[in-house]
Amino acid sequence: MIKTIKKVDIHVNDEGYLTDFSQWTKEIGEEIAKEYEIEMTDKHWEVINWIQEQVKTNKALSIRGIKKSGVIDIKQFYALFPGGPLKVSTKIAGVPKPKSCI
Amino acid sequence: MKNLVILGAGTSGTMMANHLVSKLEKKEWRIHIVDQYKTHYYQPGFLFLPFDIYTKEQVQKEGKKFIPRGVNYIQQKIEKIDANNELVELENGTLSYDILIIATGSKIAPNEVEGMLSKEWRKTIFDFYTYEGALALRNKLREFKEGKLVVHITEMPIKCPVAPLEFAFLADSYFKKKKVRDKIEITYVTPLSGAFTKEFCSKSLGYLLEDKNIKLVTDFAIERVDFANTKIVDYVDNEVTYDLLVTVPTNMGDEVIERSSLGDDLNFVPTHPNTLQSLENENIFVIGDATNVPASKAGSVAHFQAETLTDNILLYINNKPLKEEFDGHANCFIETGNNKALLIDFNYEQEPVTGTFPFAKIGPLQLLKESVFNHWGKLAFRWIYWNMLLKGIKIPFVSRNMSLSGKNINK
Repeated sequence: MIKTIKKVDIHVNDEGYLTDFSQWTKEIGEEIAKEYEIEMTDKHWEVINWIQEQVKTNKALSIRGIKKSGVIDIKQFYALFPGGPLKVSTKIAGVPKPKSCI
Repeated sequence: MKNLVILGAGTSGTMMANHLVSKLEKKEWRIHIVDQYKTHYYQPGFLFLPFDIYTKEQVQKEGKKFIPRGVNYIQQKIEKIDANNELVELENGTLSYDILIIATGSKIAPNEVEGMLSKEWRKTIFDFYTYEGALALRNKLREFKEGKLVVHITEMPIKCPVAPLEFAFLADSYFKKKKVRDKIEITYVTPLSGAFTKEFCSKSLGYLLEDKNIKLVTDFAIERVDFANTKIVDYVDNEVTYDLLVTVPTNMGDEVIERSSLGDDLNFVPTHPNTLQSLENENIFVIGDATNVPASKAGSVAHFQAETLTDNILLYINNKPLKEEFDGHANCFIETGNNKALLIDFNYEQEPVTGTFPFAKIGPLQLLKESVFNHWGKLAFRWIYWNMLLKGIKIPFVSRNMSLSGKNINK
């Protein structure tokens, strides 16, 4: 699926997650954040960078991992990305939605 | 003489002992299996025990019966794995290995959540992932006539991820049969964004919860159990009150993995997802719930892994490259209550779909669809488990890698 953000065509899956990380820019992250009514701050970006770093090194993302990230605690994480913080933050970060195994 | 040591005599370890005993050269290799416990539990039966569907006797046997002759069965506690020196420290003495298979499984860690392992544990807060928990819950359910039942998952991954949902379905049937269903509210609370952990299942099976009048609370990441006020609280202060809390606590690998510094945050051992070789040590292999691979933690997965791992152990001994064969194949029956069940068959890549199993068009089992036949399949599985699966006997027509035959793909 193609989604146009700021006049750029972005490849996304049917849930709106980027399928090609090389297309990701900070601007695109900001636009996705707006869909969730999130105004990105430095703290938000710190979390997004950490998430991208985890994905790059093939580490699984989980709420437990956030606790041990040293970047943020779980309460803050929920405050920054209301709703499902992992789902929302990974979408903004342009990385796949964390897989939960059946 | 060389030593192959298997740690853990549960489903995976027992299967590996049975597979390898006939395949390793007896003059060259000695197989040892270590487990401190005497009883082998049929863990899928823990789902049925609380509802008086299975008896205590039906879910346990003496472990010794399933360890083949020719294998040295050591009933001792494992203190530590010393990978640098290729040694396993036991309660009494040490054991050196040339090849090590870690099959130490996973278990619940209710102490990970504040207030869970409290004075209310097994009074108003229960698990059904242990024999003791399932039995205590059986006694509780026998007298539970009204109130709020909350079925809850703490965090993923968990062993047999569909079990809590099955528990909710079976509870609905159980209370209906006892004619008290109208006095009991059932709520299902999950940290995921849907009741089913796979997207497609959530879409096609959402109706089940509605039909059974089970309330659903999603995206609930528990912070603590407020046992004094009988409620669970999440990180954004959402609350769910209960009279009876049936929770699946955090699942973690065995403490011996932590003591040996071989695991991740949850004591699961980093493992190659397709060869099942440990990522750190080439002569250590890992199978079943003990791995960190993104497959279900389930007996069927361990069964398929065991076939690949057996081949890879032999390849490793002969200095040949390992097969990158294991595909995450899982095959699970899901009890939906009223003597019906669903069957799902999937792997790392392919999500569960509709269709027939194991034969295209013929079945006789239906994929992702409720049927009485599937329920019989689940009940028959107990016999298969004790008599075929543990002994490493191939289950006819069910292959280690997932087959696309009979599946309706692109739906």
